[in-house]
Amino acid sequence: MTAFLEVQNLTIGFKAPEPIIENVSFSLEKGETLAIVGESGSGKTLSCRAILGILPKAAQIRSGKINVTLEGKCISLLDISEPKFRNIRGDCISMIFQEPMRSLSPLHKVGHQVAEVLELHRNCSKHQIKQDVLAQFVRVGFPDPERAYAAYPFEMSGGMLQRAMIAMAMIAKPDLLIADEPTTALDVTTQAQVLGLIKDLQTETGMAVILVTHDLGVVANMADQVVVMNKGRVMERGDAKLVLSSPAHPYTKKLFDAAPIIPEATEFVCPPPHDDLILDMQNISKTFQARSASPMKSAILIKAVCDVDLKLARGKTLAVVGESGSGKSTCARIALGAELPDKGGTVMFCAGTGETPIEVHSLSRANRSRFQKQAQMVFQDPFSSLSPRMQIIDTLTEPLDIHGVGTKSERKDRALEVLELVGLDGSMLRRYPHAFSGGQRQRLSIARALTLDPKLLVCDEPTSALDVSVQDQILDLLEEIRDHHGLSYLFISHDLAVVSRIADEVAVMRRGRIVEQAPPCTLFANPKHPYTRALIAAQPDPDINRPIDLNMVALGAGASDSWADAFRFDGNNIPPLMELEPGHMVRCHG
Amino acid sequence: MMILRYALYRLMTMLLTLLLVSALIFFIINLPPGNYLTNQIMELQATGQDAGVAKAEFLQHEYSLDRPLIEQYLIWIGAWPGPYGFSGMLQGDFGWSFEFDQPVIDIVGQALWLTILVNLAAVLFVYLVALPLGVLAAARSQTWVDYTSSFIGYLGLATPNFLLALILFYYGQRYFDLPIGGLMAPELEGEPMSMAKVKSILLHLIIPTFVIGTSGAAAMMQRLRANMLDELDKPYVETAMAKGLSPTRMLMKYPLRMALNPFVADIGNLLPSMISGSVLVSVVLGLQTIGPALLTALKSQDQFLAGFILLFVALLTLIGTMVSDVLLMLLDPRIRYGGRK
Repeated sequence: MTAFLEVQNLTIGFKAPEPIIENVSFSLEKGETLAIVGESGSGKTLSCRAILGILPKAAQIRSGKINVTLEGKCISLLDISEPKFRNIRGDCISMIFQEPMRSLSPLHKVGHQVAEVLELHRNCSKHQIKQDVLAQFVRVGFPDPERAYAAYPFEMSGGMLQRAMIAMAMIAKPDLLIADEPTTALDVTTQAQVLGLIKDLQTETGMAVILVTHDLGVVANMADQVVVMNKGRVMERGDAKLVLSSPAHPYTKKLFDAAPIIPEATEFVCPPPHDDLILDMQNISKTFQARSASPMKSAILIKAVCDVDLKLARGKTLAVVGESGSGKSTCARIALGAELPDKGGTVMFCAGTGETPIEVHSLSRANRSRFQKQAQMVFQDPFSSLSPRMQIIDTLTEPLDIHGVGTKSERKDRALEVLELVGLDGSMLRRYPHAFSGGQRQRLSIARALTLDPKLLVCDEPTSALDVSVQDQILDLLEEIRDHHGLSYLFISHDLAVVSRIADEVAVMRRGRIVEQAPPCTLFANPKHPYTRALIAAQPDPDINRPIDLNMVALGAGASDSWADAFRFDGNNIPPLMELEPGHMVRCHG
Repeated sequence: MMILRYALYRLMTMLLTLLLVSALIFFIINLPPGNYLTNQIMELQATGQDAGVAKAEFLQHEYSLDRPLIEQYLIWIGAWPGPYGFSGMLQGDFGWSFEFDQPVIDIVGQALWLTILVNLAAVLFVYLVALPLGVLAAARSQTWVDYTSSFIGYLGLATPNFLLALILFYYGQRYFDLPIGGLMAPELEGEPMSMAKVKSILLHLIIPTFVIGTSGAAAMMQRLRANMLDELDKPYVETAMAKGLSPTRMLMKYPLRMALNPFVADIGNLLPSMISGSVLVSVVLGLQTIGPALLTALKSQDQFLAGFILLFVALLTLIGTMVSDVLLMLLDPRIRYGGRK
């Protein structure tokens, strides 16, 4: 009796003689979920594409076997002809990709793109196909399937698009679903819902699932079998329970140690006193104008941020948490003076203890330049925030150059100094960014922010584009720099586990408003607001005994109508932020 | 409905632009000191032919060239009464050519249609050649198909048009018995339209179309190839493959649709560059398009003729961009619903 899917000794290489993946073997039964875990570059995606036969042109399969049992017949996928393979693709084996936004054609209606699968593989009428697609849309949780059918991808949110992708992959009722990091680009709450959906559909149809991920929390929630890959080789494989509870291979252990988790309740810590503030944002609101459909109609106003107060104590870290679209990045931009708040909002910045605070949005040219020296930003994506055409030394000395600091050789010395500060080698100064890995690039962009010796660092999701083990190192580095150099951080993130580690105080934002604010230990031990609870519940935990509580997620992350009375937003009647215990503020009616 | 409203809106802006362009054209033509008539008067006085001077002065008054420039402009476009009341562009009176001593409309009348015909044929040629070749070159990138089509493309770009014209004339005549020069057989000129005339025109069109179109087609092909190559790396292509689409259908349905945008947007630029580019070709090939007339008019400051032709080219450009804008809107929902939230 052979397994449903059997991958044996698969070796794939590109032009170079060394293979990219070597001797990868795993097998999978129907109804099971196999998780392939590994960091970027571990070859997990390549293995999956080999199963579907959509490898890049340059890739060569050097050896190995991929056998799949379809309708009782064992088929060797590496030997069948391309037209026969095409009949299998999308019908018997289908795939979900990482970025739903880019994985759907922007010019075709979502419904048509999903329907295409049936048009290719089934002989039924157009009408029947449309009915099937609509039914599938209901199944994946579209509130208005007709509308979703006629919508274009750019009219939908990432979470909705990923649902459409799942619908597309599931519509032909495949025997095997390959999900390649299906939730990496999504918010935690959306991630929880999407994972729950895949699981439900699996129990319904009995298909096998291969889940590619770098997140052990996701593995713990989904997998029956685990394959841990590193640098193209399988490090460890086996039953999920066994691997997760007692990892045998040192690499698996390393992954576990790096995985950020929300700590168990610890002792109560007082919030940092608000008497020496480096940054004080008061009454911040921001309204954007969206262009309306015709030049005749008036513009649509969108409130991105509403009445936000944030106080950052000197030497501390204030984290702002929320899903995409919650207004957290807008807050960061306003804090740096890159965006003007609506009338009535003020941002005060105080460079040193006892100095007179300055108002960030009404500075003279000279003062503005001085402020910009003291407040710097670290960006989310280290791949696009460094100029690919500038050597590292130029990137690092540019800020000094702009502010006219020092002579040429002094600038170079400073560049060397910050490079070593972030743990990179001075000999790398003459390289270009493409020569660095993701983690190294994020170090570089931190180094760039540090060259001017700022007092305040605004970090906009500095770790979300990185692998877990690298993420861990970057957080270490940020903590170390903060404590040694007396920096203060305004830390923007959607990841509660990351925040729980670095922050002294956390503000949870939803739809432009702060709904709860407390020191991390208080917040995680005693979350009050349903949305905060949803965020915490949605955080995947690498412990197989603590699955995600989907009901809690759905309750808190949904519309505010589903919240308990005390928290409900009722038209214009928004509950105020109440201080329930010292330093713990919740938006609720008293 | 939305498209219609947009088209209407574009038409309005187009008319406004045309007005602006007409002013620019008129004032730029008049930038050099003097005009055709004052030049003529000076020349006549220098040679002592006073009889001619009186005639020229009469013409100067007749065509209001002795009035302030702004008034001249307004009379030209027909927004100000001239010596014979309102009679300008708006009323369909395109003015008098001093150089040819004929009304402008008589000089350019037939040439206008032939110009449009030649250039439309060339544009069609560009698209018909560039589309399949560009897609093919991208789909088979870095194979002999790609290299060959690129080589031919660069050859087309690099060969001067008039040289190509001469070569094609020679070989076309020698091996295919294609006619040389002109846009129709000489005996048919001035005749009313007939089957024979249409056939003759089509036969005469082959070489000019090829000559005017090659470089445009080569450039367009390279652009399409580059766009396609960009699109082929996008994740949605992978999604389509994963559905089980065959490569050809996938190529046609997804990346080509995306790569088509710049292709369509080029319609607007193509028309004027071809018309101005074909002036030299028209002279070499002896085509009765407006190209040669424009050349003469500009050289001799024949302002009404030059102004009319330039305005006509501007109009073609505007129509081209409008057509491409509306087409883009039809093609791309992101543009169509760009403002919708």
